[in-house]
Amino acid sequence: MTGNAEFRPVGIVLVSHSGDVARAVAAMAQGLAGGGALAPIAAAGGTPDGGLGTSAELIARAAADVDRGAGVAVLVDLGSAVLTVKALLAEGYDLPSGTRLVDAPLVEGAVGALVAASAGADLDAVARAAAEAYEYRKT
Amino acid sequence: MLDTDFFRRWLTLCAGSVEREAPRLTELDAAIGDADHGANLRRGFAAVTAALDRDAPGSPGAVLLLAGRQLIATVGGASGPLYGTLLRSAGKALGDAPEVTPAELAAALREGVTAVAGLGGARPGDKTMLDALEPAVVALAGAPEAFGRAAAAAAEGALATVPMRARKGRASYLGERSMGHQDPGATSSALLVAALAEAERTEGEAP
Repeated sequence: MTGNAEFRPVGIVLVSHSGDVARAVAAMAQGLAGGGALAPIAAAGGTPDGGLGTSAELIARAAADVDRGAGVAVLVDLGSAVLTVKALLAEGYDLPSGTRLVDAPLVEGAVGALVAASAGADLDAVARAAAEAYEYRKT
Repeated sequence: MLDTDFFRRWLTLCAGSVEREAPRLTELDAAIGDADHGANLRRGFAAVTAALDRDAPGSPGAVLLLAGRQLIATVGGASGPLYGTLLRSAGKALGDAPEVTPAELAAALREGVTAVAGLGGARPGDKTMLDALEPAVVALAGAPEAFGRAAAAAAEGALATVPMRARKGRASYLGERSMGHQDPGATSSALLVAALAEAERTEGEAP
């Protein structure tokens, strides 16, 4: 927490090709980050009709949902999820100002990002926390 | 000169061509991708024609900006942001001029293709849509009015992806098994350039 009476954390959006994956990763991050107030996190997975793919509409809605004015960190899985978020950011429409694509693995990065954001970290620090997941080698 | 109607006709012809060829695009994508290229592009271009009917943009640049936005918003696969970026970058290059010359269109498409390469990080030879788009803009740079030549260059470029090994996108996971199949993105790109030539041939007809 920053010590301000008003908690205005960075928001987090998880973009996966699968709605199930995005929702489950959000739930897992919330479970692992638990204890105290959590920063807002939203899932934007799959297409609006429930298929596999990426939806600019769902991404924009999720980003608006979690925006508290401190920026929004977007974590993505692969392919069209990466390209769609990049295209939306390049066009400067549909996403709240202060939205950033974070270079991090989706699952591990989501946990790091949510813990940091919930602790009141700013967008730079949230992005770093998510990216740190790349440094944890598994073999 | 190319006016707003020309650009509307081009995109309407793109939509018709994508509609007709969607099964083939999906078939090509089934071999090395996730078998949704035809359906994705069909949905995207249906949204483009609906938006053009609804919003009646007033300049060539505005037509391309609107169409690009629809593709990014509705396609649901990587081709959406890529084709959306192509059209939007070209649209921005054209500004709000009511008519443009073929040379201006050629320069705008060059900017669009450069933006696509920047977004996707691909180069010619990677077995992507760039293998059709790049030869098309090179042809247009040399002869801006020769839309038919650009279409032929794009079709040849698409065909040339058959022996290539994919280095981008889902097909790249296949390694050598991606060889021997025509790239679906290069194939749809060739359709879009062919529609440009068709838009010129059908000058004067309703879009």
